[in-house]
Amino acid sequence: MPLLTSMRQLTVFLVFCAACLALPAMASAPLSYDDARHLLNRTGFGATDAEIRRFTGMSREDAARKLLATTRTVAAMPPPAWTAQSGPLRYPRAGADASEMERKQFQQEQIREGLQLRGWWVNEMLTTPSPLTERMTLFWHNHFVSSQQKVRLAELMYRQNVTLRANALGHFGDLLHAVARDPAMVIYLDNARNRKGTPNENFAREVMELFTLGEGNYSEQDIKEAARAFTGWSLDRDSGNFVFRPLIHDYGTKSVLGRTGNLDGDDVLDALLAQRATAEFITRKLWREFVSPDPDEAQVKRIANRFRDTRYDIKVALYELLTSDAFYAKEHRGVLIKSPIDLVVGTLKQFDMRPSEPVPFAVAAAAMGQNLFSPPNVKGWPGGEVWINSSTLLARKQFLDRMFRADDPAGRAAMAPEAMAPVSGQVVATGAVQETDTQRQIRFMRAMDRGFRSVQFESATWLTDLHATDATRVDAATRLLLAYPPQSPPDPASEPLAMVRHIVLDASYQLK
Amino acid sequence: MKRRHFLQLASCWPLASGALLPTASLSWAAAPSGTRYRNLLVLIELKGGNDGLNTLVPYANPTYYGLRPKLAIARDQVIQLSDSAGLHPALEPLLPLWKARQLAVLQGVGYPDPNLSHFRSIEIWDTASGSEQYLQDGWLTRTFAAVPTPVEFAADGVIIGSPDLGPLAGGGTRAIALANAEQFLRQARLAVPEGQTPNLALRHILKVEADIMQAASHLNADYAFRTEFPTGGFGNAIKTACQVIANQAGVAVVRVTLTGFDTHSGQLATQARLLGELANGVVALKSALDELGRWNNTLVLTYAEFGRRPKENLSAGTDHGTASVHFALGGRVAGGLYGEQPALSGLSGDGNTGFAIDFRGVYATVLDRWWGVPSAEPLGGRFAPVALLRA
Repeated sequence: MPLLTSMRQLTVFLVFCAACLALPAMASAPLSYDDARHLLNRTGFGATDAEIRRFTGMSREDAARKLLATTRTVAAMPPPAWTAQSGPLRYPRAGADASEMERKQFQQEQIREGLQLRGWWVNEMLTTPSPLTERMTLFWHNHFVSSQQKVRLAELMYRQNVTLRANALGHFGDLLHAVARDPAMVIYLDNARNRKGTPNENFAREVMELFTLGEGNYSEQDIKEAARAFTGWSLDRDSGNFVFRPLIHDYGTKSVLGRTGNLDGDDVLDALLAQRATAEFITRKLWREFVSPDPDEAQVKRIANRFRDTRYDIKVALYELLTSDAFYAKEHRGVLIKSPIDLVVGTLKQFDMRPSEPVPFAVAAAAMGQNLFSPPNVKGWPGGEVWINSSTLLARKQFLDRMFRADDPAGRAAMAPEAMAPVSGQVVATGAVQETDTQRQIRFMRAMDRGFRSVQFESATWLTDLHATDATRVDAATRLLLAYPPQSPPDPASEPLAMVRHIVLDASYQLK
Repeated sequence: MKRRHFLQLASCWPLASGALLPTASLSWAAAPSGTRYRNLLVLIELKGGNDGLNTLVPYANPTYYGLRPKLAIARDQVIQLSDSAGLHPALEPLLPLWKARQLAVLQGVGYPDPNLSHFRSIEIWDTASGSEQYLQDGWLTRTFAAVPTPVEFAADGVIIGSPDLGPLAGGGTRAIALANAEQFLRQARLAVPEGQTPNLALRHILKVEADIMQAASHLNADYAFRTEFPTGGFGNAIKTACQVIANQAGVAVVRVTLTGFDTHSGQLATQARLLGELANGVVALKSALDELGRWNNTLVLTYAEFGRRPKENLSAGTDHGTASVHFALGGRVAGGLYGEQPALSGLSGDGNTGFAIDFRGVYATVLDRWWGVPSAEPLGGRFAPVALLRA
């Protein structure tokens, strides 16, 4: 009997010990309100108080699993109507054939459609049930860069966006192969002009330097040989679809990163995916997006191995990052600078503002240096401190100032005197080709102004939803809105609108 | 790993070299600080990599015409500057400056072991590093760290029309990025005074706010120029530059960017348009600076990450190259041709040319001869200046 007792005690003791050892791997401490806010703001855009409360108390693992289980492959918002039109792409007739009028008409049509596309995406980011899907789609847009500045056709930019979203949380290898065939990319990096005999190296260079290996992990010879492998990867001008043109493809022997043979483009992409450098390059970039500006190399190697071993499953890499100690570390809170999209979409979302016309908000982000569908060059927006210079910081402050101005009609009118100038109704309705630049600008300013007026911040309702009393509202608002302590804490006695204005104009509001 | 190592070296380097070069430091420390930076530097970045071979055309060289069946500029089109070199016809507005001997044409500006990536190569130019050396701060940032601009200056430098600070990047400089001077002043009231913080991102934001306040308190944008500035983005950038320069409170550097030179396809029309914008912009700049009486203490320099490959590609464009031609202009510039045409017969394995003038030699000219700041420290070595300034 004593033996039995001690045996049972021993068993209990051993089970207890096993549980203790296993504990850190099983579940970490439940997320606090601040932890949940940190997770949702880094993986989405401007989490609301209600969303944060839903994640408070979950384990890190459950929270990451929940975010990753609810991602999407298609947008929730219907795209602009013109994306559904079938038939050949509308190019202007080439060169001298096209009249000045036709060219101008084409150009204005692309500008108009481009703006609608930007508005549609901003709206998707704002309303999607899975903000992480849009964050990753934006991440890949800034990785596999193409710009409407060069591609011109809004239709092709839309199709690329669809491809990025479809694979945004799938496998990186699938995404890479899909992007290499993406018509907008084929135009953007000149592969449509890459022919046997005189290869165009643009795509081959950037696919190694910026999309997979990173600088220093390939030779100039690798680029030349890879360019030959991509010859003939082109697009059909009528349908705008990818097409392989065997007549201009180089079937000779090439040697890329140690692989030799009659390599085609897919073989080269597979050779790039086989390199450890690719997994590490992408992991490092994900780290800078989600965790901190300075990746921990040991952790990067560990996560990159998992990433590569799972055929580049993007969800695996994200799960590792989002459950890591580094992600939740105190020293990594509030150390990333919000992108213009973070600031604009995050502000609208956090303050329950739903514009009837989203285009002005896409334009506002562009004024701060992030024009969706038109990154500055193939390297994309560099981000980090580069987001903030004297010109972009002032554009940010002006936007916030405008969003949280007291609702004083006279003040609003004074804000944009240009918007009040009389314009003929016909010009507004048709956007006639004949209109002068000034007329077009005025029409544009009026549309912008209408968009900004369509959102209104209801400070009283917002504070009620925050479940804060007069005594706690400064703390509650600061905790929700700032990832880092304010530079100058608001006066607890100030009016609700003045308090919110004070918080969003604090330098810490630029951080996430 | 390598990069981190160099960054550490770079961060401790000003102290170390300062200790090694006490005599050099003394000579400039004694000079009145307000005067040297009254000599203004205007940098014009030709972003994307301008094709030097079609900018200064070797019109007497049959090899050139062999390499460029589609893109070559015909002999009777070029503006002949010598019996072998002539300017692209779109640069015709610069001819009066050439005749006045205020335009120096620097041939074959490049560096050893060139890198063909846009991003890495412009980093090399902006930081004045060696090809395998990674530095964090721009060459002007290091210059102003060694010899600061006067405190009463509105800023060290003003960046117009580009989000990146280029040679002014890195800690410490007072650099202002502007799209439009009037708008800047209207918005500047939203900036707030600087605070203290260990958070690096926040520290950056607070520093930018402080720079805005300093600049805004010293700048006006109401000078009425008689000069007519060209329309379009570059013309506006030049106009903004002139509005900044017109202020009594100085700036040492203005950088404007003309972008679009990455002509992998359809080069002829694109480059002609861009060079036309460049030439007309520079002519307006000269005219406006004459109005201000500043042309004689202004040095204008063009730069870019690289030139383009001599052999054209099948897309009627050119791929990334190495050395290129650049311009220096100003009232005290000694006009003429400098360096030498790149040899087109002995191209390297990847089809590119060698270089004749190290770009850091051009920077040494700015530092040693234009500002009287010893160049060895900011440039991390001695580079022979180009004798492009009149005594």
